[in-house]
This record gives sequence, C-alpha cells and structure tokens, in this order.
Amino acid sequence: MLKVLRLSMKNLLRYKRRTLLTGMLIAVGVVAVIVFVGLSGSFKRAIVGQITDAVLSHLQVHRKGYMASVDNLPLDRMLPPKAFETLSDILTRTDGVEAFSPRIKLGAMLSNYAQTTNVRLNGVDPAKEQAVVPLLASRIKEASDENTLLKKGEVLLPEVLAKGMAVKTGDTIVLVANNKDGSVNGMTFKVTGLVESLMGPGGRDGYLHIEDAAVLLRMETPEISEVAVRAKNFDQLTAVAERLRAALELITNKQNQPMFELHTWDQLTPFYNVVRMIDVMTLGIKVILIAVVLISVLNVMMMSVYERVREIGTLAAMGTRPGRIMALFVAEGFCLGLVSALSGAAIGLAVLWILNLTGVEVAFGGANQVFALAPSVAPGEVVSACLIVLGVSILASLQPAAKAARLEPVEALRHV
Amino acid sequence: MDIVLFENVSKTYRMGEVDVAALDHVSLSISQGAFTALVGPSGSGKTTALNLIGCLDRPSQGEVTVAGRAIGPMGRRESAEFRGKTLGFVFQDFNLLPVLTVYENVEYPLLMIRDVPKGEHKPAVDRVLAAVGMADQAGKYPAQLSGGQKQRVAIGRALVGKPALVLADEPTANLDGATAHKVVELMKQMRDEFGTTFVFSTHDPRIMDQAEVTFHLEDGRLIDGPAVGKEAHHA
Repeated sequence: MLKVLRLSMKNLLRYKRRTLLTGMLIAVGVVAVIVFVGLSGSFKRAIVGQITDAVLSHLQVHRKGYMASVDNLPLDRMLPPKAFETLSDILTRTDGVEAFSPRIKLGAMLSNYAQTTNVRLNGVDPAKEQAVVPLLASRIKEASDENTLLKKGEVLLPEVLAKGMAVKTGDTIVLVANNKDGSVNGMTFKVTGLVESLMGPGGRDGYLHIEDAAVLLRMETPEISEVAVRAKNFDQLTAVAERLRAALELITNKQNQPMFELHTWDQLTPFYNVVRMIDVMTLGIKVILIAVVLISVLNVMMMSVYERVREIGTLAAMGTRPGRIMALFVAEGFCLGLVSALSGAAIGLAVLWILNLTGVEVAFGGANQVFALAPSVAPGEVVSACLIVLGVSILASLQPAAKAARLEPVEALRHV
Repeated sequence: MDIVLFENVSKTYRMGEVDVAALDHVSLSISQGAFTALVGPSGSGKTTALNLIGCLDRPSQGEVTVAGRAIGPMGRRESAEFRGKTLGFVFQDFNLLPVLTVYENVEYPLLMIRDVPKGEHKPAVDRVLAAVGMADQAGKYPAQLSGGQKQRVAIGRALVGKPALVLADEPTANLDGATAHKVVELMKQMRDEFGTTFVFSTHDPRIMDQAEVTFHLEDGRLIDGPAVGKEAHHA
C-alpha cells in the first residue's frame, strides 16, 4: 500500500501547478467549512445561551393547556399548591435537573401617577430564578443594589417601558392587576432596576417578588403559572426532558387527563428557527465543499488518465494487474484529498485562532444585543470535513481509475 | 525446447467495413535462449506477432503457445500475471516512468508486479544496472539520460525479474547507428549472462545481421525463416 501511495505522490507532483491549484481549491473549501462552522456554531451558542440563560431556562413545565393561551397569561390555568408540590418532588428526584424556579406570570396596569400603561410581569423567587437563568442579573441596569436581584416591595421594570414612562430607579410606581375572579387590587412598588430588553418570549417582561405577585393577585393559596427548569448539562437536555416527561405523564387530574405539559426551550421560542437555519446553512456549505472536491478531483484524474494512456499501457504490458493500476489512480485522488484536507484544516484552525485573538462582535436583534463570539470548532467537525474530502476524492477517482484499469495494453501503447 | 510456438496463426483487424489480415496463417517456433529477430517492412505484422507472444493480443485463428502456456484462453488478470512473471518488455520509445529514477524504474517490476521482498530488491537492481552499464546513473531521472542510456535502463527493467523471454519492439528505431549497434550487443550480452530468450522486431538492416535466428514477414505472411520445429538453436 505504501509503495502505491509513494508512486501516486510522485505522479501528483509531476503536474505541480495543476495539483497545487486543485489542492488550493479543495483547501479553501475546507477552510470555508471550518471557519463557517466555527463562527456559526459560536453565534448559535451565543443565541441559545442568551435565550436559555437570560429568560426561558432550558425547559418549562406548565399546567396542561396553559401554553395554548400563553399570550393571555391565563390565571385560571395555574398549578395549584398540591400540583406544584408534586412537581417539585419529581423535579428534585429527577436525575440531571440542576435547579427549578416557580413563576407567577401576570399582566398589570403600571402607573407613575401621571401616566398608565400595560406591563407583563414575572413573580419570581430571586434566588431560585437566578439559579435557572444566571444571566438575568447581567440584564439589570441602574440597579440600586448590585448584590440583590429583588426584594419584596421592589420591582424591576422593562427598560424600554420605563424610559417611555420616564420612570427611573428609585421611583415609586403603582401596579394594578385583576385576579382570576375579576377582583382588582393595587400595590405600590419601588423601582430597583431596569431590565434590558431581549427578543423573544419573556424578553420584555418585568420582575417582582413571587410573594408580592400572589398578594397582588389576591391569591388565597399561592398558584404557579410556570416552573422554569435548568439541566445540569445542556447537551443532555433531551434525555432529561424525556425522563421528566415520562414521570409527569403519570400524574393525572380528576378527568384522568395529564396534569402537566413540558416544553423544551426550542419549543418555546421562534428563534429556534434561526438555529435551524444555521444548521441548514452549515449543511449547504458542506454540500458546496462536496461539489468542489468532486468536480476538482474528477477533472484532475480524468486529465491524468488521458495524458498517461501510453504509460498505463506500459504498466499493463509489463504485467501490472488491472486492480493495481486502478489502485494507483485512486491513491492519487486520495493523496490529493488528504494533503488538501489537512492543509485546509490547519489553515482553517489558524483563522479561527486569529479570530479569537482579534475578537468578533455580531449585533443581533437590535443594537443593544451585541454578541462577542468565541469561534471554535469541535474536533469531530474538523475530522468530518476531512473525511468528506477524502471520501469524495476517492469517489471522484473511481471512474477515471476504472477507465485506466480497463484500457487494453495493446491499444494504450499505440496511443499518441 | 520451444519457448514460442505459432500454429497456423492468423490475426485480423476490422478497419471500418474491411477486415485486414495482420498475420496470415503463420507457423513458427522459437527455441529457448535464441536471439531472434522478426524482420520486415512496416505493416508486415512484426508488432502483431510480438503482441501475440507478449499476451497483449489474442489470435483470430490458430494457437499461440508461450513458455508452455496457450495464450488464447487467458483472461485479463491471468495474462497480466503471466506477463509479469514470464516476460520482459523493451519498447521503441523506452517508456520509462518519468517520475522515477533509473534505480526506481528498474525496481518497479520487483515492487509493483512480482511483489519480491524488499530486502532482495537492491542486490537484484544493482546487479542489473551494473550489467547494463548504468550503475553510476542510478539516481538520475529519464529526462537526464540520452536515448541509448534510456534503452539500457529499459533493458535492465525488462531483465530484473529474470523473465524467460524478453520482447523488444523496434528497440533501436529511435537511436543512431552506433548506439543501436551497442544496444543490440548489450541485448545479446544479457542473453548470454542471464540465459534469457530475446525476440525483437526491426526493419533496420544494420542490426538484422546480429540476430541468430531471423523470421521475415511481409504482408502478414512468413516468407522466410526456419520451419516449425527446425529453426536454428542458439549456438
């Protein structure tokens, strides 16, 4: 095998310029794949991280039917205390769950004593909420206390809404809300911070303490709108969700219908489509790489066979078996692909390294959302790009190699 | 003992609508160790006869036997193996592999065809290169050699696997008179040293006389040469 590869390398170097150009073309393809995968992967991680770590968390559990009316923030589809207790017990026992946080979601009227507007709010337990959405604190601007997210009697208002209402940190506002029976209640709150807006569901919500939310809604017994859950390992989320789903399916209501519904982050946000689009684009660029390699190697190998017909005839006349002649040409394609793939991988990784040094910032969803990307690529992606090149190189060499092996020596020796 | 036997051999090629007889009922035999020339003008059938002996082609009619094997029934792979083990080839245009050095060209049949153990390559190649007078050029590439030197290397390549029979198609056609004479002398010398049968085609009257056995072909017919089973044996 080594002798075949050695002779193939020598034959490739016979046409240095052509080999170099073809190799460069393939290498550029590999570089494009690695850099694109590195950048897009980093962008994807940034988006998903922002969505899951700042707002949604990894998955959410609601009472069955809540999500169908989520836009209305229905107060009649909350989890009663006993159901929440059962759910807490399951979440505590389920392997892979790191933390969970109950939320009361409500709509309210906000008044600064001069103007009134609508606001969507989350009643949360600050410690539990920070455990499931660790980036929430980083969204708080002009916080009155850097060390405490929220205390009872305090509210964090959406930044855009606060600016529109000319409300600043330290101001007092009034929140007025209807409970599920239609009863109205109002409470004053001190604004202790402004929450930076994010795109997507929950991205423009305010926060107040969960106990304040229960009082505002005049709940006789505290009820929960949703429970945000964070997995220990994001890569294991599917398995954790499956385990939870299996456990929750066993819990039914009086009508013998499932009590809970569970949604992972990708089912909760339309930005999952952006993630999917990135995956489709990655697939697209890999398809382009395949086409580049296929056409380049096929062209080079066909030219090679055409130019060396007499030489093939000589090899065959001397007794070189057809299989070995075929192996010689397939090995040429393999060597071309291998050297190009390795060069492309090395250059691609070097480009990613330089991008990490210089830093890449991408604005997304408005000027206030700038992602500092840290492009990196998994070893598997590099290996996969190299294997694609090698596989397609061999595939592209097969036809010309088979043609060479099929040449009749007596005809080939006559070729001018 | 006959190493080549033609029994009423004909070879016909189809050219457009017409059948052209390249060989027409030829019978001949060549004994082992003979230094044999196939002579005749262009189109007389010399190359066709060499192709048949070299298992590169099949007869349309009759039987060709080489080293005791009938070549007619051989398949592609079988004939390739037979050529690799039994035959050596010297071509008019030398046909050396340009990417290999002199040493590597001579080593090629051991490496790629006969799968001889690596340890045996160097003694065999060195011996052949010394015999053809190219030992001091072993590291050069074909492009750095003269025509005569290339043909010496080609002869070395043909002999390195110790074949029973070396076939040379117009081996001196691209050489000047003096070099051509030296190459034929070398072939004869190699026959003496290695005991290999040489069969070469030529239409060059300057080297025909150096053959010990001569078959004259014209228009595909054998017009002169020893009768089958009665040709002169190597002296």
